[in-house]
Amino acid sequence: MSDTPPIAPQLEARRAGRFLFHAGVALLVLWVLVPIWFLFVNALSAPSEVTGFPKRLWPSFDLASVQFFLQFQGVTQALWNSVKVAVLTMILSIGMGAPAGYALSRFDFPGKEFFRVLVIMTRAFPLPLLALPLAVMFIRTGLDDTVLGLALVHAMLALPFAVLITFSLFSGIPVELEEAAWTLGCNRLQAFIKVVLPLALPGIMASAVFAFVISWNEVFAAAVLTIENRTLTAFLLQSLNVSPLPLKFAGGAALVMPALIFIFAVRKYLFAMWGIANR
Amino acid sequence: MAEIVIKGVAKSFGAFTALHSVDLTIADQEFMVLLGASGCGKTTLLRIIAGLETPSQGEVWIGGRRVDHLPPRARGISMVFQNYAVFPHLTVFENIAFGLRMAKVASSEVDRRVRRTAELMHIEQLLKRYSGELSGGQRQRVAVARALAMEPDVILMDEPLSNLDALLRLEMRAELKGVLAESKTTTIYVTHDQVEAMSLADRISVMNGGYIVQADRPTEVYRNPAARFVGSFIGNPPMNFLPAKPDGAGRWQVAGQSFAGPQGAAAEFAIRPEDLHPSDTGLSAEVRVVEPLGPHTLVTAQVAGQPLRAVLDSDRHITPGQVITLAPVPDRIRWFDPETQKAIA
Repeated sequence: MSDTPPIAPQLEARRAGRFLFHAGVALLVLWVLVPIWFLFVNALSAPSEVTGFPKRLWPSFDLASVQFFLQFQGVTQALWNSVKVAVLTMILSIGMGAPAGYALSRFDFPGKEFFRVLVIMTRAFPLPLLALPLAVMFIRTGLDDTVLGLALVHAMLALPFAVLITFSLFSGIPVELEEAAWTLGCNRLQAFIKVVLPLALPGIMASAVFAFVISWNEVFAAAVLTIENRTLTAFLLQSLNVSPLPLKFAGGAALVMPALIFIFAVRKYLFAMWGIANR
Repeated sequence: MAEIVIKGVAKSFGAFTALHSVDLTIADQEFMVLLGASGCGKTTLLRIIAGLETPSQGEVWIGGRRVDHLPPRARGISMVFQNYAVFPHLTVFENIAFGLRMAKVASSEVDRRVRRTAELMHIEQLLKRYSGELSGGQRQRVAVARALAMEPDVILMDEPLSNLDALLRLEMRAELKGVLAESKTTTIYVTHDQVEAMSLADRISVMNGGYIVQADRPTEVYRNPAARFVGSFIGNPPMNFLPAKPDGAGRWQVAGQSFAGPQGAAAEFAIRPEDLHPSDTGLSAEVRVVEPLGPHTLVTAQVAGQPLRAVLDSDRHITPGQVITLAPVPDRIRWFDPETQKAIA
């Protein structure tokens, strides 16, 4: 009709655009949430339900699958190994990463920018490339198949993040606060402990948690470098083709859960890190 | 007793020289203001005295003790920072007590001193608060109280009022002056605000390009600038400068008028805007802009092609375009060497 207002096509286009936008968001959300939902529904259902179809929207909270998983030969040992490696990774990467982050934020030294690039460069080498020489070196030094050996590799993977997060953290604490502490009778270490550390502690904890998650989820190095002392990821990978479905789902949920909870708890600090990294 | 002696202190950052061999002596209990535009080296000098910066050359003595190799904590100084640097994770009480606790002062004495300085700075009702719950002015008070509680020989202040709004700055300025005079410490105070400098200082060190150009009493710095820069930096509006031509021995031609001046080959004529008065004879000035300011009227005029500003009585009616005759007060005329930019006595 000739008396249709000329605004209509524009309005329609905008409506279509909005529909596309919301559809895109929904798709992305489903992309992430469906596998997680699937994992939890199956992990918290009875083994008979796991193989059944259709799925329930809400799990039946039957703990038989989880119980079966925990009683499976070697699972508790692998779980305990995972915890040990992850905690050690956390300590190593913060112990080395936080001082590096502090140095980067407070001191000017020759090659500082190069060092920053180098820190990130450690992530540029694919782990499979390093795995063989590492395995040979570990066997020679007796570090193979040990918690410490694996934790060292995981610490290397977590270190760039630890350095970047703590760097942005320390940079966010005004240097005047430290200087004020020096004029009030502190030496460098005392000023750090009494002023910088209390302010940086939540962020350092976040960085530690992130290192924990990196180690917890890592599978390649764990599978290559351990035989007897498998971590949970390596153990599940190894027994993937021989284990029943309920075990896989319960194992998957056990791997995903801590990572999800932790990352959610520390998301603020991770965004801060990306903010710095993008600059 | 805390006399501060600075001997040949220089500081370079790479190729940039922030300070060129500065010599300065600050008497015990003196209030010294380091005044200059940003980048003149005043903050660098203060940080060197505090021990937060190492001088490239020279010596710093505080109370007869050479301190340039000592860390800040061993120098007997307290410092107030531009952004206050109040510790956000401690209460106001613990902020003020911080230095005392580091010095292992007995807790009853800590309590007494914190309460006394808090009272002095009128923040006794804020002792339980955290810095996030304070206004800028209150944080400023906490920072000063924290420095005073140490009962230091020397207090160093780095533009402490520059982050406050105009009214609060005025109020704090008067208060600081009273409190610091009573505390009997030697004070070094860095600012770029000349009014602040004039009102607070026993002596002002005017700095420019890494040099101390003049260090003297405020009225002296204002009346008898040692260099052209001082005259043009201090005073609002600043000093007027006019070129002068030799007119026989000891006489100079300025805009067609003859003035008695120094001997020599070249000189520049200088006069403060408030030292020009309307008269029958004098400099012929064409009025460009008239700004009534209440008590005075600021007149911007043109004299022999040069801009000239005069502060005149406000009951005189002047309009732009008018030509007036301004006579300089004879004993307020100053002369500068155009070559060295220094004052000619």
